[in-house]
Amino acid sequence: MTKTNLNRRDFLKGAASVAAVSAIPLSTVELAFADPSQNFTFAYISDSHIQHIKGSRFVNNWDRGLIRAVAETNLLQPKPDFVMFGGDLAQLGTKPELDHGAEMLAKLNYKTYCLLGEHDYYLDLGEYWSELFGPHWYSFDHKGVHFVVLNSILTFDEWTFDRWPTAEQRMLEMAGLDNPNGSPFMVGEKQRAWLAKDLSGVAKGTPLVVFSHSPIQKIYKGWNFWTDDAEQVQALLQPFDDVTVIYGHVHQIQYNQIGNISFHAVMATAWPWPYPRAYAQAESHMPKITVPMNRADPFFERDATGWQFINLKTGRVDMEYNLNNNTNRTVAYNPETGRPEDTKYQAEDDRINPQIHY
Amino acid sequence: MRKTVFVVLLGAGLLAAAGVLSDAGQEQSTPLGLPPVPIPENNPQTPEKIALGEKLYMETRFSTTGEVGCFTCHDPEKAFTDSPLKTSEGINKLTGTRNSPTVINSAYMTKQFWDGRSPDLEDQALHPFINPVEHGLENHDPILKIVRKDPEYAKAFKAVFGKSGKEITMREVTLAIAAFERTVISGDSPFDRYYYAGEEDALTEQQKRGFDLFLNEGRCVSCHVIEQTQALFTDNRFHNIGVGINNIQNDVPKLARNFLQADMTVSEVDVEVLTDPRTSDLGRFAISHGFDDLGSFKTPTLRNIAVTSPYMHDGSIETLKDVVIHYNNGGVTDVGDPVNDFLSGGIRALDLDEDQIDDLVAFMEALTSPEFEPSADEADGQ
Repeated sequence: MTKTNLNRRDFLKGAASVAAVSAIPLSTVELAFADPSQNFTFAYISDSHIQHIKGSRFVNNWDRGLIRAVAETNLLQPKPDFVMFGGDLAQLGTKPELDHGAEMLAKLNYKTYCLLGEHDYYLDLGEYWSELFGPHWYSFDHKGVHFVVLNSILTFDEWTFDRWPTAEQRMLEMAGLDNPNGSPFMVGEKQRAWLAKDLSGVAKGTPLVVFSHSPIQKIYKGWNFWTDDAEQVQALLQPFDDVTVIYGHVHQIQYNQIGNISFHAVMATAWPWPYPRAYAQAESHMPKITVPMNRADPFFERDATGWQFINLKTGRVDMEYNLNNNTNRTVAYNPETGRPEDTKYQAEDDRINPQIHY
Repeated sequence: MRKTVFVVLLGAGLLAAAGVLSDAGQEQSTPLGLPPVPIPENNPQTPEKIALGEKLYMETRFSTTGEVGCFTCHDPEKAFTDSPLKTSEGINKLTGTRNSPTVINSAYMTKQFWDGRSPDLEDQALHPFINPVEHGLENHDPILKIVRKDPEYAKAFKAVFGKSGKEITMREVTLAIAAFERTVISGDSPFDRYYYAGEEDALTEQQKRGFDLFLNEGRCVSCHVIEQTQALFTDNRFHNIGVGINNIQNDVPKLARNFLQADMTVSEVDVEVLTDPRTSDLGRFAISHGFDDLGSFKTPTLRNIAVTSPYMHDGSIETLKDVVIHYNNGGVTDVGDPVNDFLSGGIRALDLDEDQIDDLVAFMEALTSPEFEPSADEADGQ
């Protein structure tokens, strides 16, 4: 296993220097490995927030977002090896919502992995979700890359177990933004111990990709764009040469580099969040925002939502954002600057102009 | 300049509403409700070029049967469509897959054809000649042969472009046709008189209610744009509104794959989409390969819509009322049919009642320009 990984790593390094990092149309992506059987891509769908009204009725807008992402993902050429679903499948974690969402995800023609978002979790603490999708955290290897799936939306036991008279209220408190009754997300000691053990068997040269729902970095506490023990998790990841963390929850494009770790956020299929400009917390690791999010056209319900197509040809992530009713974007690791960059819009002259729409 | 054009049209005996037109022809200004026609720098309008363009537009020798011209499907007598045909008939009554879009106000469109595969009128004019179900020519050579040898054409091309013999290419032919098409514009509808000239009585009470629905509950104006000083009734964008694509839902993965795997030239796409109805229904995706464009087609203008039935890119909906019902159902023609996976985000059920649907139809009937208003006799006959 280790040997294979090392080989692959050498191979990735070689590929990185020749791979053109650019916005490639999905239809023409060609992977740069010498051995085509080792090339792969995967797709990432997240934050669908399927919301039950009553009986057989669900919020149409959120349904359409997930249906569309699934149908489009099924058309991908070349075919992705698997699909990751990044959490918040449901809005309030109920059985009807999770069942309805699972039914839509089942239409994917690919192996699908899932992780937990707070909207899936805080009604029954992930019990029914587990019946549908399996363990709350796990890892797997795929073609020489080690993937880790975390449950990053846990919080203090007192808040979870002792504070709320009903499970429904607990769910609602955690579902709100800017809610003083909420509580910061965390991976927690138990899971960090598991992670340390899991990573102990992985060679440091193995490309490592971590999936979480909340960012494993601190962006904005008021909206829980935040993981309280982010630094401790990062410390476990830093020894690896190529680490990428991909997270949902924020419903917008974000990217960052901390040490060896590249961070990428994914879009929601449900709705966009704005960038939290009201940041007033402790020191932030986010770079200043250089490309403001394009204002969504409210007529087009899918505008500023989307899903992702990811290739790992360099061992780092090239994140291709498929944005409905908007301009697709690509954020890829730039080996020269050592961080992820928007391949097209980073240059000041090429930025997307803010939309003027009345 | 416009006067000249209208005189030419009248001379050809094409238009019923002669009186109205000759009045309109006196005006030098742009019709009420429209912006000035954008004229490309490399194709300035001249009366001679416009006249040559019209002659080419009406020419039937540019087809294998000698019977088909531009006007066959874009007939000035039928508001520059071939209403009531569902899809257009080319040589030997062969039918294409798409409903003939009107030439009227196409000068304002930023892309041509239902799927926008052509950037301008000049380029657009090249393709129907060599499409197997339209003019049917193998290539453009027979056209060039005629325009280079025919004395009338030779004289006209010399006068307009200063070119003769082999100097005349399809470039000159299409420049002239486009110049003619840029004169086919029309506004001055009852709606324009109401909204832009303040004629309170130009619309009926029902049409005014329909206008309110058009702007608000009906969500129409988001794509069929009306602005402060002009109304083109299009956003020049492409949308999947659940027409056509609904018929090929299960075949989308297979059909889409063909386009993702093989890059085609515009001419190849032209043949594909006009000869295979199922491929045709992929819409702009066949051109752009963007998932956003699956099953999407250009927003057509609504001007003169009441006289250009049937509707939609495939002519699949016969009446304006059924069109409104399709939107009211949230992008399905029959209630209960499955909603398309790729439906555009703006399309959703509207919950309009019968009266509101009728009001919207009445409003659309107020968008007919006087020169295309059916005469009383025709209206009675229908």
